[in-house]
Amino acid sequence: MPLTRRQIAWRAAQDLKDGAYVNLGIGLPTLVSDYIPEGREIVFQSENGVLGVGPAPGANAADPDLINAGKQPITLVTGGSYVHHTDSFLMIRGGHLDCALLGAFEVSDKGDLANWTTDDPRFPPGVGGAMDLAVGAKEIRVLVEHTTKGGAPRLVRRCQYPLTAERVVKRIYTDLAVIDVTTQGFLLREIAEGIDVSGLQAKTEAPLRAAPDLKPLRAPVV
Amino acid sequence: MIDKRVGNLAEAVAGVRDGAVVLCGGFGEAGLPNALCEALIEEGARDLTVVANNAGTGRRGLAALMAARRVRKIICSFPRSSGSVVFEELYAKGEIELELVPQGIISERMRCAAAGLGGFYSPVSVGTRLAEGKEHREIDGRVYVLEKPLKGDVALIAADRGDRWGNLTYRKSARNFNPTMAMAADLAIAQVREIVELGDLDPEVIVTPGIFVDRLVALPRV
Repeated sequence: MPLTRRQIAWRAAQDLKDGAYVNLGIGLPTLVSDYIPEGREIVFQSENGVLGVGPAPGANAADPDLINAGKQPITLVTGGSYVHHTDSFLMIRGGHLDCALLGAFEVSDKGDLANWTTDDPRFPPGVGGAMDLAVGAKEIRVLVEHTTKGGAPRLVRRCQYPLTAERVVKRIYTDLAVIDVTTQGFLLREIAEGIDVSGLQAKTEAPLRAAPDLKPLRAPVV
Repeated sequence: MIDKRVGNLAEAVAGVRDGAVVLCGGFGEAGLPNALCEALIEEGARDLTVVANNAGTGRRGLAALMAARRVRKIICSFPRSSGSVVFEELYAKGEIELELVPQGIISERMRCAAAGLGGFYSPVSVGTRLAEGKEHREIDGRVYVLEKPLKGDVALIAADRGDRWGNLTYRKSARNFNPTMAMAADLAIAQVREIVELGDLDPEVIVTPGIFVDRLVALPRV
């Protein structure tokens, strides 16, 4: 059974260590904060100068001065703080974040990341903080559906879309697998139930190596 | 006696010249100096280069300045966001020039100008399209590109409170680019929600000291 988008977020959340400072990208990664295991204190950073992002405010409690990178209203946790943009990106670029969880269009088996533009001529391109995050956080993990809606692999030998950064992705969470990017390419750590390694390989452009301790990828109903 | 207060928005933006580089604070709608942008339409300066994270939303403020055809070029990290209708129309017609810069690099380039530095080497964008044409240099085994300072003729700043010396405080994530932009322009103009007596702002919480601010105007009370 493939994981739902929320289950992918749940799975990524399980790997965040107590005390980690983490940036969540727009879209699927934003859901990760809903599934932090009990007892762990994780500090979420938002590129627009918020350290200690809390849950969305209740109805009518939104403050237009307090938003996240996706421009949605947020709250600040107890202990949180505000900084200006230059300091926020000093945190991001200078290796002060333990981890950034990002979305992607494609990831290569060398860890190249393409997540900022598809070159669709109908829209002007936007890069935002993607390139700063991709080279700056201590570890880059990607949350992405294993294939496009049309079934094309997103885990590839070489990205076709313009790169965000080269050789930065360390771990990938998809609806079908958890995969590490190693010097020998993709290492399959966990695989969803109902699909075998050859079935997964058919949906993955670059070669997969199964880890000796390959585990089933399971997530609760969330 | 130092008194940077001016009586109205027209006085605040008086003298901005055609072709000026205008730094415009804000991230999404938070901390955007909408009133100053609109006053600049009345002031009449044309052919402006605007530096802003986003290319305006809706029809007010920065979007109104663009709709009035006063902006020749925008330097921006993420032009397209929900409601960036004016920019998208102009861009589709080829009536506005876009220079895309990673978000943290925009703010660091302005900080660089503010600090009197000639540029800096950054790992952001190496190996991507946005590094094309930039000087590359390897330092201690890592490849960087040269980024040059970005200085404004004018900065339009939105702050929370200010005093007659031009000291400013901000509120929550509305701080964003404003403090860096205030430091990086020859003429920094701030719109504030409230002007307070000198001495009323706690020196420990002043974010932008008055040395960086030239003019201060209180927004009309809603």
